[in-house]
Amino acid sequence: MMASVIFVISAAALLQFFISYCRSLIAASSKQVLSAEVKDVTGIDRFASGDDFKRVMQLLQLCPERPEDRNSVQAIGAYFSLLNFLRSTVARIAPSMRAWTESERGQCAYFAAVALERRISFSRDMLAQQMDA
Amino acid sequence: MLGPADWVIWSLATLFEAAVVVCSLRKKVFRRYFFLNLYMLSSVCASVGRFRILMHDGRSSLEYRYFYYYSEALLVICLYFGLISLYSRVFQELQVERYVRFGAVVLLAGTAWFSYTIVNQSSARMLTHFVYELSQNLYFIGLVLTYALWGVILKLRETRALLVQLVLSLGVYFSAYAASYAVSNLRPDLFSHMVYLFPVIGCLLPLAWAYAIWRVPEEARIEPARLAVASR
Repeated sequence: MMASVIFVISAAALLQFFISYCRSLIAASSKQVLSAEVKDVTGIDRFASGDDFKRVMQLLQLCPERPEDRNSVQAIGAYFSLLNFLRSTVARIAPSMRAWTESERGQCAYFAAVALERRISFSRDMLAQQMDA
Repeated sequence: MLGPADWVIWSLATLFEAAVVVCSLRKKVFRRYFFLNLYMLSSVCASVGRFRILMHDGRSSLEYRYFYYYSEALLVICLYFGLISLYSRVFQELQVERYVRFGAVVLLAGTAWFSYTIVNQSSARMLTHFVYELSQNLYFIGLVLTYALWGVILKLRETRALLVQLVLSLGVYFSAYAASYAVSNLRPDLFSHMVYLFPVIGCLLPLAWAYAIWRVPEEARIEPARLAVASR
């Protein structure tokens, strides 16, 4: 009985902390303006749609990985899957939830585009270093 | 003997723990987050110690079990003080650090006393039972305190992005641990799978802290009300 209570409380807290943590990662990137080059590649201008996420992630896979952002990209990937799950279950009943999941999915896509921008400049720096050497 | 999965998890966990300390030193925040770094340094020492005993005596040896549970108890106490240091930082401007410290010591003593009363009945290996019980209870207390701290951050509109990320990742860690312990109590048959889950969860906290310390500048600000699940 006690273990069940602890499990329910912990699972609820885990969900809440995980969502807040992912939103804190997204919040840091939402203020960053994308370069014209990344806008062209991703098709994202100022606001992204959740449907862009998969495409941007595929582009992200093509770039050399930066060790610093591996953790955050994976966390946002998991958060996006959670949002998709909510969208196909709870959001069907509650329309306000649907709007919320759509907005969050769009922010996940924007986060991925910012990560793509960082990876592109990282690749450029690496290339420049190799040329110098 | 260690399997490939054990090797990978052990190496990654130790590497990430050391990375937190290195990042803190590089970003010159080691002293500011001293107790968090102390916890990570202790974790590295415990990992190395566990590894040596594991290689020498094996996973099923008494030496390994004793070392594992005693080091776990010391680590969770260290993390508890790390959490209290985060409380002190949030309450810094209210000048109530002395009360926070006093409350923390009273709560720790209370948890130790509660754990002692639970294991008092069993006379055999009472100290080992006590150490195990204390670790379990401190994990749950840690979760409750982290949740309360998150509430305080929202209430006081704390905007320091680094502090917010440290607290949120600690919340994910404590709740994941507490939920896993509860699952292994509810379904003992799943314990063989949970054995792999615990070290994986253990990797998440140092990874998230290293990322936060390295990426988030000390002067970065965030609006915590926007991060709460209820907000849009």
